[in-house]
Parts: sequence; structure tokens; C-alpha cells
Amino acid sequence: MDAIRTEALTKHYSIGFWRPRPYLALEGLTLAVGQGEVFGFLGPNGAGKTTTLKLLMQLIYPTSGTARILGAPVGSAEVKRRIGYLPENPYFYDHLTAEELLEYFASLFGYGAAERRQRASRLLDEVGIGAERRLQLRKFSKGMLQRVGIAQALINDPEVVFFDEPMSGLDPLGRREIRQLILRLRDRGCTVFFSSHVLSDAEALCSRVAIVAKGRLVASGPLSEILAFQVHGWELVMSHVPGGALECALKDGRVLKALPLGPDRYALDLPLGTSPERLLADMTAAGAQLVSLNPLRETLEDFFVRQVAGAKTDRGLE
Amino acid sequence: MSALRTVGTVAVSVFRESVRDKVLYNLVAFAVLLMAASYLIGQLTAGQDIKIIKDLGLAAIATFGLMIAVFIGIGLVWKEVERRSIYSLLSKPLSRAEFILGKYCGLGLTLVVNVLVMVVAWYVVLAYMATTVPAEVRASWPAPATDLGMLRAVGLILVELMLVTAIALFFSTFSSPFLSAGFTLGLWVVGHFNADLKNFEGVVDSRAAAWFAHGLYYVLPNFSAFDIKQQAVYAQAVPASYLATTALYGGVYIALLLTASVAVFSRRDFK
Repeated sequence: MDAIRTEALTKHYSIGFWRPRPYLALEGLTLAVGQGEVFGFLGPNGAGKTTTLKLLMQLIYPTSGTARILGAPVGSAEVKRRIGYLPENPYFYDHLTAEELLEYFASLFGYGAAERRQRASRLLDEVGIGAERRLQLRKFSKGMLQRVGIAQALINDPEVVFFDEPMSGLDPLGRREIRQLILRLRDRGCTVFFSSHVLSDAEALCSRVAIVAKGRLVASGPLSEILAFQVHGWELVMSHVPGGALECALKDGRVLKALPLGPDRYALDLPLGTSPERLLADMTAAGAQLVSLNPLRETLEDFFVRQVAGAKTDRGLE
Repeated sequence: MSALRTVGTVAVSVFRESVRDKVLYNLVAFAVLLMAASYLIGQLTAGQDIKIIKDLGLAAIATFGLMIAVFIGIGLVWKEVERRSIYSLLSKPLSRAEFILGKYCGLGLTLVVNVLVMVVAWYVVLAYMATTVPAEVRASWPAPATDLGMLRAVGLILVELMLVTAIALFFSTFSSPFLSAGFTLGLWVVGHFNADLKNFEGVVDSRAAAWFAHGLYYVLPNFSAFDIKQQAVYAQAVPASYLATTALYGGVYIALLLTASVAVFSRRDFK
């Protein structure tokens, strides 16, 4: 059973008052996320990430299509007991303290007073909220609210957790802590579905990603496959490179670019069709010494930019 | 977890928010101050002091209760949606219907506590007044200063306030606070003249207009039915059957409004 499955999930809005026009927020999203995965849902601002999460939380209703979480329809009480959700830029009752807020949310799951206190305390420790937990939330910074938001999403030890831009508002230390928290959740068997436009987070955490742009899914799959497929050359780093041999290799096109790294030391970009072994042998014979040889892979950022740039621009409907 | 317990959890949260809201304290304090003012007016009006204090007390309870019901009621749902706190809340095991009912019960609890505080302050002023009046004057009063029969009027005021809260909450599920306040107060005013609509055919020639007015009479809430302040002040008898049917009328209207609120809110997209 998939942790999350959507079939042709679609959401259209009407925009404009006097002459309403349809606007495509999400079109035909079909997606499956396995249990225990850390799944990155990527896309630029306005791509449809938050719309998808709201559909999964049944904060909005689909125009068409279906969504199931842990095999049950979204919005059912059974599903809600087993999931957690961090909205984008979360806001909570500012008259409550962090402790009170978490205990309130815990009470909605029917936990007793002692368990509510214990869960709230453990989670606030886990997200790094110390003595501030007894302050009213109106005194919290954006980053601290984000941490409280992550804690409330985990109050019921969910099997599937949805984070909408979890790193938003966090400083570098906070980002690292939340990355570690997500990895701990994965290790416990929790499925993590997070939306982000920060690609380094996805590269560091995700086993699979999906990319949406302008309301449409443009790519999805395991990160290793997406990026391994896109090897576009080699990088050969050598020292003691004789000038004549380098000039010759540049002239005959076996080296595209030579980036000097120090005296007689270069990073050479080789095109994909070239045999790096042959050039390596020639250069070594001319007196150069090998430092490293690596395939040049497309980064997630390169892939993302290419996919997003290729997405259709029209979001109106015929 | 039972639905009732979930509704109770939300209601307690609303009550706690109201208690921490300084505006609420100010309203109660102001009501108490008004009681004191009514006492001073009573000092200047020979023989009429107790009646004026009873009148002003009931009017103050109704007015301050109305302010709380309208101005907190219109923000109950709107605030949650506007600030997006509802996103986290509805992802928990809480249905939209439980959310609406919890909000309503929470404000209802706030109103009950506030009305109780005002009633206690009012009776304290009345009791004090009674001690300052000679026994022969007291004997001429139609009822004792602290006549518990007046609580019947307070009871119907409370039902009226619960109805106003249900109206405010209904508008709050789909409208802005400004419009909700306008609609709610508008209905409250119209509802106090509702009885006139029943006999509209005596005022207009048009049969259609008369039927329309008649229709409105049955659709709009009849707030004048809840007003038995004069009878309470003059210690006139109010049949128990009238109290029961009026309370039942209020209860049915509230139930219909809450059903409509849940229906509207359950279909709403939180963009």
C-alpha cells in the first residue's frame, strides 16, 4: 500500500468577479509515494505545491481526481489520526504558549493530560524550543514559530507527515537541525512528504522527487535516476600539465575548457563522447600527473531549471 | 474520541481565548460601572429608584451581551481562516462540523459567564438599594428589589444572545467581519419589529406585499418575543408555557442556523 496516492488530481479556480475566468492551479497530478520514503515535492513559487498539500489535507476540494493517504480517502478521521501537517508560514493562536498550543492539539487526539504534557515537552525539546515554551506565541520569531509548527505536526507520532516549506524562516543551524529531524523520522519508518523550492534540501534528504511547474507535473522519480541519467561530460584534474599537450588537446576538441587551479595544475572539462582514458594516457605520457577524474553530472538545480523552463506557460483553460 | 468531547475541547479553547482577551474584561467592567451609574440615577429619582435600576440592569445585560455576541461572534471563524490557524487545526481529527459547534459553544460559554457576572453585580446593587429604603416604602413595591422572578427575563435574554451568536457565526463562515456585523445587527433590529410584519396587510393595499411581509415574518427571527423586561420589572406574571415555547423557538432557530453554518463551512475552500 502506498503512503500517498493521487490520481489525476485537478484543481481549477475562478478568478475575477465580473467576468470570472478559470485558472488552473493543478492539472492531472498522478503520484505515488511509498511508505518510509522522504519525498521532495519541488517547484518554483506558484507551481501548485501548496495547492497539492491543501488538497491532501482537504482544506480545498478537487475539481476532479482522487487522493488517498495510507489507502483511505483524504479528510477521513482515520487518515487524520495518522498524519501530521505543517502549513506554509504557519500561524497559531498567539495568546497561547508553545506548551499550551501543543497540549491543545494533543487533546484533539484524545490523549490524557499526562500524555499531552509529556508529548508536548518531548517535541519542544526535539525542535529546540527551550525555556521560551512558556512564552505566548505572539513573542516568537518566525523561525521559532516554524519550529513549533514542526512540533505540532508530530504531536501524534504520525505515519505520514507533510511539510510545506519546512526550512522557511530557519537560520542555517535550524535548517541543519530540521534536516536531521527529517532523517530521524525516516529512520523511524515515517513517510515524509515535503514541498520546497530549496533544491539543496531535496538533494540532501530525498529518495525521490517530483517537480511541478505551472500546475503540472513535469518530472518525477528517484533522485539517483534523474541525475545519473544526465551525465554530460567528465572533469579531469591533473598537475604538472605541460603547456604544449594542453594546447593540443584544446585544439583537437578533446578538452572543452581548462580551468587553472594553480601552477601547472588544471581542471579539464571533457565532452561526453570523449574517452577520458585515452586523454589521460596521452597526458600522463607527456609528464602530467592525475589528481582526479569525475563524471560531470547535472545538478538538481540544472535539471530543475531545465524542466521548469520547459513547462507550458498558459494556466487559463480552454 | 467522541464528537462531543472534541466539540468541548474547541469550546474550552474559545473560552480561554475570550478570557485572555482584554476587551472582554473591559465590557464586564463597563457593565458593572453602568450598574453603579444606575444606582446614582436612582438616588435622584424619588420613589422610582429601584424600578430604574431594574430597567437599566436588564438593558445593560442585554446590550453588553449583544456587543459580545456580535463582535466576537463575527470573528470566530473569519479570524481562523484569515490568519490560517485553521490549516493546522483541520488537519487534526476534527471535522468542520465539530469546529463550528465548538466555536459556537465556546462563545456561548463566554456569554453565560459574562451574563452571570453582570447579574450578580446587578443583584448586589439591588440588594444594597433595598437596605437604604424604609420598610414602609419597600412594602409598597410590587415585588422585592431582588425579585428572583426577574431571572426569567435574564434567561430569555440569554436565549436571544445565543440566537444572535448563531447568526453572527453563520455570516462569519462566508463573509468579512464588517459585512457580518452589518448583517447581524440589521437582522437584530429587524427582528425586534418582526411582529409588525404579521399585520402588514392592515397597512398596505398590495396583496403581494402583504404576503411577502407575512413570509418575512416567518423567516426572520422574532427577537421581540424574547423581551419580557417590562413584565419582569413590574413583577407581572409570565406563563411558564410562554417561556418554554419561546425558548424552544430560539433553540430551533439556533439549530437551523448552526446546520446552515456547517453546510456552508463544509463546502468552503481555504485558498
